[in-house]
Amino acid sequence: MIRVPELVSKEESPAKEASQKDASVSSPAESGPPQYVITAENLTKRYGDVVAVDGISFSVPAGEAFGLLGPNGAGKSTTMKMIGGVSQRTSGSLSIMGLDPDQNGPEVRAHLGVVPQQDNLDEELKVRDNLLVYGRYFGLPMSYLRPKADELLEFAQLTDKAKSKVDALSGGMKRRLTIARSLINEPRILLLDEPTTGLDPQARHILWDRLFRLKEQGVTLILTTHYMDEAEQLCDRLIVVDKGRIMAEGSPASLIREYSTREVLELRFGSERNATVGTELEGIGERLETLPDRVLIYAHDGEAALEEVSARGLHPVTSLVRRSSLEDVFLRLTGRSLVD
Amino acid sequence: MSALTTSHSATEAARNRKFGPLYSRNVRAVVARGLMATKSSNWMVMLSGFFEPVLYLISMGVGLGAIVGTVQGPGGGEISYAAYIAPALLAVSAMNGAVYDSTWNVFFKMNFAKLYQGMLYTSLGPLDVAMGEIFLALLRGLMYATGFTAVMGLMGLITTPWAILMIPAAVLIAFGFASFGMGITSFMKTFQQMDWINFFMLPMFLFSATFYPLSVYPQYIQWLIQAMPLWHGVELLRQISVGIFTPATAVHVGYYLVMIAFGVLLTTGRLRRLFLK
Repeated sequence: MIRVPELVSKEESPAKEASQKDASVSSPAESGPPQYVITAENLTKRYGDVVAVDGISFSVPAGEAFGLLGPNGAGKSTTMKMIGGVSQRTSGSLSIMGLDPDQNGPEVRAHLGVVPQQDNLDEELKVRDNLLVYGRYFGLPMSYLRPKADELLEFAQLTDKAKSKVDALSGGMKRRLTIARSLINEPRILLLDEPTTGLDPQARHILWDRLFRLKEQGVTLILTTHYMDEAEQLCDRLIVVDKGRIMAEGSPASLIREYSTREVLELRFGSERNATVGTELEGIGERLETLPDRVLIYAHDGEAALEEVSARGLHPVTSLVRRSSLEDVFLRLTGRSLVD
Repeated sequence: MSALTTSHSATEAARNRKFGPLYSRNVRAVVARGLMATKSSNWMVMLSGFFEPVLYLISMGVGLGAIVGTVQGPGGGEISYAAYIAPALLAVSAMNGAVYDSTWNVFFKMNFAKLYQGMLYTSLGPLDVAMGEIFLALLRGLMYATGFTAVMGLMGLITTPWAILMIPAAVLIAFGFASFGMGITSFMKTFQQMDWINFFMLPMFLFSATFYPLSVYPQYIQWLIQAMPLWHGVELLRQISVGIFTPATAVHVGYYLVMIAFGVLLTTGRLRRLFLK
């Protein structure tokens, strides 16, 4: 059972809209619980000449599911590492629960649960021992850890694997164990770096369900992903990151409203034709995007747009009308797809 | 739901401990993990580390010793060749074990097993991890030293009760090398660089008066060897093994105390570079 931090139960429903930006980006007040559990201002990380994170600012209120959406190499993982205090920032300020992770690493991490991009389970220990030993790292007593480990194995559906070697687990099981492990200290903030990358669809849905439950219990989720469906499913609010910079910020719905139309018409004319058909489609919908494999027409009413295409005597090989997604937002903001 | 309230206070208590910037006063968790891992998978490796000096002692001491006969020990008394090299081999094994644990082992766990990456995402600090690893290396050194001293006893190479002090002295030697080794590892980025460690250790093993007295060398080579840490370890254990102590004994012990102090300073100074990128 995961405890609901008292921070959440009191006030603030999770911020839903980008307008939150304007709320005072405070370092937490001296008295009372902090309004924001994470505040980053002008956060920058350079490795030599390479700028991995280029002056980003954001704040996350308690209980929110906050996403960092962007392609590989956008600086998401680096940001996560700085939050965890395992990577020192080059400049800017960062406050986690009112503490500076560079100065108070162990204390900051006492509040965190971390699911790194690559599983780093202890291969020399058995499944249940992984949980117990990890709990000891937090200074937790065995009297607490024994029942907690069993409870988390249950949560991760790994009870019958308790005595197995970590090697023997499937990718999905390892991922679930890593998530279970991150919950051993009942964290107030859970950092998830690409939690479902490399998992099959069923395993992803099990995981999402688990994350939903945690959110319901008031855990703040910080999530990086390059999957738009994951971001849409899980995040109350997100920032779109590219090349270390924030391109946009808001709830999935508001981002889609702001940067895309309600619907998208996807047309495939065959690879040669796609590039040239653009001029003939001009004027249909609000905006046109030509990709190597398809043409996207952004329109409020996709079906109407499709009728217009037919009316002009154009006959695509396939056509599809769908809702706009964060993928479209990203395409609009960067001119590139999220997953190439 | 009393379980809920208990768990609540346990996690709260764990969060409200006193923390340092790089330290959470929780070295024992790192040690406990090491012991658990040893129990479940590493004990074969541990065992081979014990046999290495024993095999040297049997082949060189018994085999070569048959030709060499007796040699002059510390204080001028005649002792068997096996009794002469046994303390030196113990010093070498203390060095090897400590260096292996604090360099290769740390390097591997950091860059490949990603063990420290996991640890450092908990409330452990780099200092907890470093001290825990050094403690484990010393614990292993203690076990080897105890085992080796027992073998010496069985082979009739121990003639004085003072010899029992070889065990803590071997741990002192291991501490010197382990604290320095970890500091040095913080500068290493590739396997090629790690090989330099062996390049330094093998000559030290062969030439530090391990198998024959220092007097065979010209004066300036003697000075060079006397500046090296292993020679002090060899001489210290050799003196203890026959129970003869001189002012030089204090110098040998002092050398290691200084080495430990510098090693710990170097390692803690390089902690962020060692574990945090």
